[in-house]
Amino acid sequence: MWGSLFLKQNKKAPARSSTKYRALAVKSEDGTINRMEDLLNLDVTPYTDKIIAEYIWIGGTGIDVRSKSRTISKPVEHPSELPKWNYDGSSTGQAPGDDSEVILYPQAIFKDPFRGGNNILVICDTYTPQGEPIPTNKRHKAAQIFSDAKVLGEVPWFGIEQEYTLMQQDVNWPLGWPVGGYPGPQGPYYCAAGADKSFGRDISDAHYKACLYAGINISGTNGEVMPGQWEFQVGPSVGIEAGDHIWCARYLLERITEQAGVVLTLDPKPIDGDWNGAGCHTNYSTKSMREEGGFEVIKKAILNLSLRHKEHISAYGEGNERRLTGKHETASIDSFSWGVADRGCSIRVGRDTEKEGKGYLEDRRPASNMDPYVVTGLLAETTLLWEPTLEAEALAAQKLSLNV
Amino acid sequence: MASLSDLVNLNLSDQTNKIIAEYIWIGGSGMDLRSKARTLSGPVDDPSKLPKWNYDGSSTGQAPGEDSEVILYPQAIFKDPFRRGNNILVMCDSYTPAGEPIPTNNRFAAAKIFSHPDVAAEVPWYGIEQEYTLLKKDVHWPLGWPNGGFPGPQGPYYCGIGADKAFGRDIVDAHYKACLYAGINISGINAEVMPGQWEFQVGPVVGISAGDELWVARYILERITEIAGVVVSFDPKPIPGDWNGAGAHTNYSTKSMRNQGGLEVIKKAIEKLGLKHKEHIVAYGEGNERRLTGKHETADINKFSWGVANRGASVRVGRETEKDGKGYFEDRRPSSNMDPYVVTSMIAETTILWNP
Repeated sequence: MWGSLFLKQNKKAPARSSTKYRALAVKSEDGTINRMEDLLNLDVTPYTDKIIAEYIWIGGTGIDVRSKSRTISKPVEHPSELPKWNYDGSSTGQAPGDDSEVILYPQAIFKDPFRGGNNILVICDTYTPQGEPIPTNKRHKAAQIFSDAKVLGEVPWFGIEQEYTLMQQDVNWPLGWPVGGYPGPQGPYYCAAGADKSFGRDISDAHYKACLYAGINISGTNGEVMPGQWEFQVGPSVGIEAGDHIWCARYLLERITEQAGVVLTLDPKPIDGDWNGAGCHTNYSTKSMREEGGFEVIKKAILNLSLRHKEHISAYGEGNERRLTGKHETASIDSFSWGVADRGCSIRVGRDTEKEGKGYLEDRRPASNMDPYVVTGLLAETTLLWEPTLEAEALAAQKLSLNV
Repeated sequence: MASLSDLVNLNLSDQTNKIIAEYIWIGGSGMDLRSKARTLSGPVDDPSKLPKWNYDGSSTGQAPGEDSEVILYPQAIFKDPFRRGNNILVMCDSYTPAGEPIPTNNRFAAAKIFSHPDVAAEVPWYGIEQEYTLLKKDVHWPLGWPNGGFPGPQGPYYCGIGADKAFGRDIVDAHYKACLYAGINISGINAEVMPGQWEFQVGPVVGISAGDELWVARYILERITEIAGVVVSFDPKPIPGDWNGAGAHTNYSTKSMRNQGGLEVIKKAIEKLGLKHKEHIVAYGEGNERRLTGKHETADINKFSWGVANRGASVRVGRETEKDGKGYFEDRRPSSNMDPYVVTSMIAETTILWNP
């Protein structure tokens, strides 16, 4: 049904500029497909200085991504060179009809892999006309946390592992699964190859290159335990960048699934029963954790996190209680735990980190539909800006066997 | 062995100086676009250097069979994104052999208004937001909708992405680049509230060019949907019920509105529009009464209203304009099938030339 997103290699076409990212066009009935592709892949740079900027923002549900484009008179390097814009907030559940303008502030620029040339994608956040962040704008608060002097000094790094599930269009059943039935149980699918084990690799591979082209800090991909489920990782990113890169990567992913005729879901437990959920494990380190003696700093951070488990969990994604059951490589949503190399814990510390006495920690609690601005900001806040009382700290240290 | 696409994409400039000019005009319904092509001996960039031409008006409902020639006067040139090279698109208007504009020629009267010294001095700018709906061929049901049924209600589709929310993006993106290539001042695009509906904006463009550029942008759009095997509809209310209609909101400003004290000029202009509401509405597109119901982000067709940031009003003034004390306003009444020559010139005439 959906084929390769790259032009077939054996097509005898005249050589064109080779670094172009080619878009696949809607197929028409009478075979004139090439004229559409010619227009989609048109490089307008010889004819005009103008570029197209696709402004991207997060809508009223906190997980729906929206975008629209505008022409800019010439190429830009920095978001501050781009004009603020506005959109109809009454159509995204973010403003009433009689006062509908929501203002877009450009925050990060990426290259547009669909349009090529000097065209760009712009990650924005949203404000009232008076300049106040609207309630669904989670970036604003995160940016404040990341510009705090103490946080800046600790140079927080994030590596986010975004899991996602591909669904067949119209039937809402995972890609590769027989409609009306189930595939064989989990086991053969993790990192596998083969037409009976891997469903949708073209989307994952196209997404990988598109992200690299765009300038997103994508560090890897793999097929996941549940068939039809995939993962990509973004990082290490510093501070607020982590959120910007993840949201842009999510945008690229949904544009690619749109082209492929497949539906993307970030639901944390798409299929009930003996099937893995989808998470967004967040790896985290600070300068102190990465240096000599870092393991002690990591343990102190875990202690702080244990005392704020409820606050974190409530901000770690809607529906996470269906996923964090204590089974399928998760920890139960009600209890906090940590361990070295233990995938059944809330926080996992790698064997390398333990051995070298420094490194990073992995918070395995966030769901696939978490907001990276919220999660990264909260991790920095709890471990760097918040302090528990001495009694609470001592009690927690005992409970978790942490000599801190 | 040459394939069809090799021939269509042949670059002629190495072989010959000749170019192909596609003459475009508006047919008898006022909304149907027609075109035919001719060879010219060399590249041309000035419409006045192009020859007049003629066509069979009896085949477009614009002339009787026994006196069927309608004359085409070239008015604006754009680069041809389909043939590329030095080939061109030529926007024309239509005249009798005696030199009179035929009744469906709305450009002629508009050009007269725009060359009036008072209007020319005010340098009127237009930004037109053209909405349109994509329909599946043969069944004439919107693209992406299940045949015999309806998609989930409006909400997720405005500026949406994903195979379950955005239908026909390739057409919209191809159109954007084609217009940039052609030299049309296309300023943006977005997916609309109703699934399968899209919008592009042209502007700011001065005076009579607003109409020329919008008509050629419509032509390029219909040529692209032809390639994609999809039908484009400019009907203002393609699906009755709880589904948005399609409009062509027209943003407008004059030199006085863009300068210090412009907000007062804007308010006076809006007042004048209010006094001529009925005359404007009649000229703002066929079938608009099915769209302007007071619901779905429209104002009721019988009432004139205006407000800042109010999408339920006839005329909307942006918050920035209010804050800066100068800027522009948006007439939200025109429907998607309006004639931009009529609408742009009428707004100029009412606000600059007419006095109550």
